[in-house]
Amino acid sequence: MAIELTVNGKAVSIDAEPDTPLLWAIRENLALTGTKFGCGVAACGACSVHVNGEITRSCSVPVSEVAGKSVTTIEGLKAADGTLHKVQQAWIELQVPQCGYCQSGQIMAAVALINQTGSPSDAQIDDAMTNICRCGTYPRIRKAIHAATGKAAAAVQGDA
Amino acid sequence: MADNPNPDFEETTETAPKKKGFKRRAFLIGGIAVVGGGLFGISIADSNAAKTAASLTQGKGEHLFATWLKIADDDRITIYSPHTDIGQGSNTGLAQMLAEELDAAWEKVKLVSAPAELPFANTGLGRGFLGEISGYPGVINGIPQSFLSFLARSMNLQITGGSTALRFTGQVTFQRVGAAVRLALIEVAAKRLGVQPSELMTADSKVIHAQSGKSLRYGELASEAATLSLDNEPQLKDPKNYKLMRTSVPRLDLPAKVDGSAQYGMDFTIPGMRVATIMAAPVRGGKLTSVDVAPAMAVKGVEKVIKLDTAVAVVGKGYWAALSGLRALTPQFSDGGNGGFSSTSIFKAYDDLIAKGEPDGEAGEGDVLAALGAKPVEAKYQVPFLHHAMMEPFALTAHHQDGKLNIWGGMQDPLASKMKAVEVSGLDADAVTFHPMLIGGSFGRRLPMYMEIVEQVTKLAMQLPYPVKLIWSREEEVAQGAYRPQSAARLRGQVGSDGKIAAYLNDYAQTESAEAETTFIYDLPVVARRNYDYASNQITGAWRSVNSTQQGFYNESFIDELAHAAKVDPVEFRRRHLKPGSRHLAVLDEVAKRSGWGTPTAEGVGRGVAIVESFKTIVAHVIEARLKEDGTPKVLKVTTVVDAGSIVNPDAAAAQIEGGTIMGLSSAIGEAITIEKGAVQQTNLTDYPILQLADAPIQHDIHFLNSGAPMGGIGEPGVPPAAPALANALFAATGKRVRQLPILAQAKA
Repeated sequence: MAIELTVNGKAVSIDAEPDTPLLWAIRENLALTGTKFGCGVAACGACSVHVNGEITRSCSVPVSEVAGKSVTTIEGLKAADGTLHKVQQAWIELQVPQCGYCQSGQIMAAVALINQTGSPSDAQIDDAMTNICRCGTYPRIRKAIHAATGKAAAAVQGDA
Repeated sequence: MADNPNPDFEETTETAPKKKGFKRRAFLIGGIAVVGGGLFGISIADSNAAKTAASLTQGKGEHLFATWLKIADDDRITIYSPHTDIGQGSNTGLAQMLAEELDAAWEKVKLVSAPAELPFANTGLGRGFLGEISGYPGVINGIPQSFLSFLARSMNLQITGGSTALRFTGQVTFQRVGAAVRLALIEVAAKRLGVQPSELMTADSKVIHAQSGKSLRYGELASEAATLSLDNEPQLKDPKNYKLMRTSVPRLDLPAKVDGSAQYGMDFTIPGMRVATIMAAPVRGGKLTSVDVAPAMAVKGVEKVIKLDTAVAVVGKGYWAALSGLRALTPQFSDGGNGGFSSTSIFKAYDDLIAKGEPDGEAGEGDVLAALGAKPVEAKYQVPFLHHAMMEPFALTAHHQDGKLNIWGGMQDPLASKMKAVEVSGLDADAVTFHPMLIGGSFGRRLPMYMEIVEQVTKLAMQLPYPVKLIWSREEEVAQGAYRPQSAARLRGQVGSDGKIAAYLNDYAQTESAEAETTFIYDLPVVARRNYDYASNQITGAWRSVNSTQQGFYNESFIDELAHAAKVDPVEFRRRHLKPGSRHLAVLDEVAKRSGWGTPTAEGVGRGVAIVESFKTIVAHVIEARLKEDGTPKVLKVTTVVDAGSIVNPDAAAAQIEGGTIMGLSSAIGEAITIEKGAVQQTNLTDYPILQLADAPIQHDIHFLNSGAPMGGIGEPGVPPAAPALANALFAATGKRVRQLPILAQAKA
């Protein structure tokens, strides 16, 4: 059956069984492979996307529940002109990824946290950033979130 | 093992290699070296291999040097890496090493995976492994026995593991290739400019004649230079003239890893492709006895159920269909007579073996039992099986069509993966191509000794008319691992009246001897390490830093116990047993200084030290930790000092130490694979807890001592000292000694 939703600002129609997890609809039906499969039980966060702006582990949400909603994946973070989101820039600046497989999910979680809090404290980062990284990039993730928010503040100052 | 691709060579997989065995290997690896072209440059040795390499890589206006390097007319430089960058940044490091000696313009350098074909077998690695022919005597000591035995059986050398990429491939091959090609470019330039080579210099991919101000681009010189034979022993740069090496150039692979464009094996797709998932016998060694396929076939999107000897696979239009189909099945498996194995039975067997006192192997000096005396300090340690938990579960795509088999995905040895598929499919090697892709973590899980996924996907593809991607669920990953061995040790030590260790005995039981991958750093008059071998039905494999994790935990915890017994500060006690002037002592002193060792800690906070050498790199951690109210540990601060000889990319190296430390802490705190009735009890990451960001050290200071010793590994050595440094810190904080891992299981018990 066809399920209508918006992905990265575009209206799409997905022909999938209603119980298909959003993750597989994104990866296999829409061929957006930046969102990763890690555990299938919402334990690792590699599949994190935004649904109506909320951080969501897409492996554990049936695509039918997302009908009519707006989904943003890692591919949708860049600006229209290709400029990386400030969080993606900070990820490169701090050389965060190692194998990189979990990093789409980490970045989506970080963007959601920053959208929600502006400039998160260490305690807020601890609470929100529960995605697993087996390579152990956590210290750099923390630094990159701080750098991304610091840079945003600096940019505002510079404009004034 | 029945299909030995190298019938000239007898298999010696069980026992520690004797000197004689090495020589034989050396000759045979030398055989690869001839196929692969000596040090480099297959053009010298084998024109057919050279033609193959060129046809695989060389486009119009591109010129191949020594198989590993291509220079285009427009100055673009492409480096072919025989290593899989699992995330450790080794490919950036390799590119730095080659580009440094070549004086290449960095922004025009690109690095890609070498084709998984014999002309690209990693001769540098083979030579590095074999001290006799590499000119780096002693390098073999740091290499796991499992790799050596793999080498002995196979010529398919494209492996990444053993922390070898930069120290062997980099130093033995890539730096020399860069230097030799530079000389060839200078030779052509000298001829064209009518000057002596000695008047020329190189920089930014140009040969420059300073006197006349003339210069020639590498791209202009490449086609002619590629026809010259290369100098096998070119002069390498003095490190003080390095421009790229020893600098933190940004990693080449990261831009694609932040925008979702990086393509891992999991992401591969091809028109007409179906997706399969699989369940193997839950008890290792069991077989599929029966399965009613109807419930799976009733699931929408399921196309086929395939029975393999030990597993059942469901093929569907997509992963969800395949998984739903698999879950609908109630396959019956035998247990292969292995239903009696459990974690408890394995520990019991270990205890019995150690108590019996008839070791399978022994190393050390002196009559240890006599020197231990009647009342030694004694302790028993236990660690569980560990799952690799690479974030990307296994996923390979295979397509058999018109007599050809193509496989796409990421393994730690693409060439061995190809040869495995050749063996399973019965096709000629020429008909099978393995296309290496990015790997989402591995930590030893994707090594060639246990790649049943290659076998499975080959079997599926050989009977399907369309391409098939086989994905292992996380449940399958957790239950069917090639685990770090469950292991136990009984340690005994005697401290003399001089406050020094008079005798030290480490009796340990596990699958096999740990001697090949572990280095005992203390200089003791009487010491013995004795292994008691016992195999359960589980596959034990190389888990990041291999046996150094459990041996590091045993020895560095027990040294702390002896220090306590001697009533001596743990750093001072270690100092007494390290040779004056040694690298180990320098690392220990530096970490003590930088960590503020000996200064007071906050209430409830303990400080612990551990120092382990693995893969020729010495790492010491000082950890400050406390127990949280729920009894679980909280790591507050880590100070680390590393002597890896020299470092190619300081920031990337620091990232490896950070990550290795966290992996070591994670396993110490929470991870365990346990066995009951022959099967793994854990089901997913929900009951295999991996450390999260909130519990990672907030502060980690890392310092490299560049001693100038031969380069050691960097991907693994950060792991082993983490667990004992934490355990020692908790002892300092609480007075309670941690002797079983993981700590969480003990806290809850």
